[in-house]
Amino acid sequence: MKYLKFLLVGIVFGIVLVKSEAVSWYRIYEMFRFQSFHMYGIIGTAIATGILFLQISKRSKIKSIKGADIFVPKKEKGFTRYIIGGLIFGLGWALIGVCPGPMYILLGTGVYSMLIVIAAALVGTFIYGLLKNKLPH
Amino acid sequence: MPWEVLEFSDFFKFNWKDSIWNLTVVLGAIIGGFIAVQFLSNDRITDLNPATISELTALGFGNSGETLVPNELFNLEAITSIKGLAILIIGGLLVGFGTRYAGGCTSGHAITGLSSLQGPSLIAVIGFFLGGLLMTNFILPLLF
Repeated sequence: MKYLKFLLVGIVFGIVLVKSEAVSWYRIYEMFRFQSFHMYGIIGTAIATGILFLQISKRSKIKSIKGADIFVPKKEKGFTRYIIGGLIFGLGWALIGVCPGPMYILLGTGVYSMLIVIAAALVGTFIYGLLKNKLPH
Repeated sequence: MPWEVLEFSDFFKFNWKDSIWNLTVVLGAIIGGFIAVQFLSNDRITDLNPATISELTALGFGNSGETLVPNELFNLEAITSIKGLAILIIGGLLVGFGTRYAGGCTSGHAITGLSSLQGPSLIAVIGFFLGGLLMTNFILPLLF
């Protein structure tokens, strides 16, 4: 039962991303061709909502269900890892039209060939783990 | 020996029990996808820009928007061809590796990172877009 809330968050996340068409390969293509506002609208709205919620919770000292402060952990300082890692991510994102969340959501919608993508992504993660100490960050 | 050369980094030292919540969210996402198409779907075709559809038709993608992902990339015929299989594997490798190297994905950097006004996330999102623009506008037309 402790994990029920996480399960519910995942379910809502999955439904919203399917119904907003954010898991559509075609919407990603359209975004990178600047032919529609659709994806920019989704991402922009999500960021605006996030800013609003984080600012309100900070100012009115809203606590999490565990009574702790609500904050997003600080990212490490750096440049190389973000720009190069981001570039690599973007190449894959536009090729297969999925980022990590939608891989699993689409699997749930019945796109079983996504299992190949998930396996390859796990291998990609593993390769990063092997090379981590040798890569510039 | 290769395993001695490839020294395992601290990246692999983590406690599985502390990550159960992550895996629970992932399980929920799969269930959410299932619920969305089984019970909350009206078979509406994705309302794409007609320019997008004609471009994709010229590239060899038919029925654009009728499914969430193109059959040309994900159906049985595609995944049993060398090219099709290679595309899914390379795409997956790039996303998996890139996400870890950049320290986050669309959710972690673009949405929560930018929401909390973090500089590193802005750099990562610029990287996401550079990579995406490069793939869609220059590499994809070479592949199809």
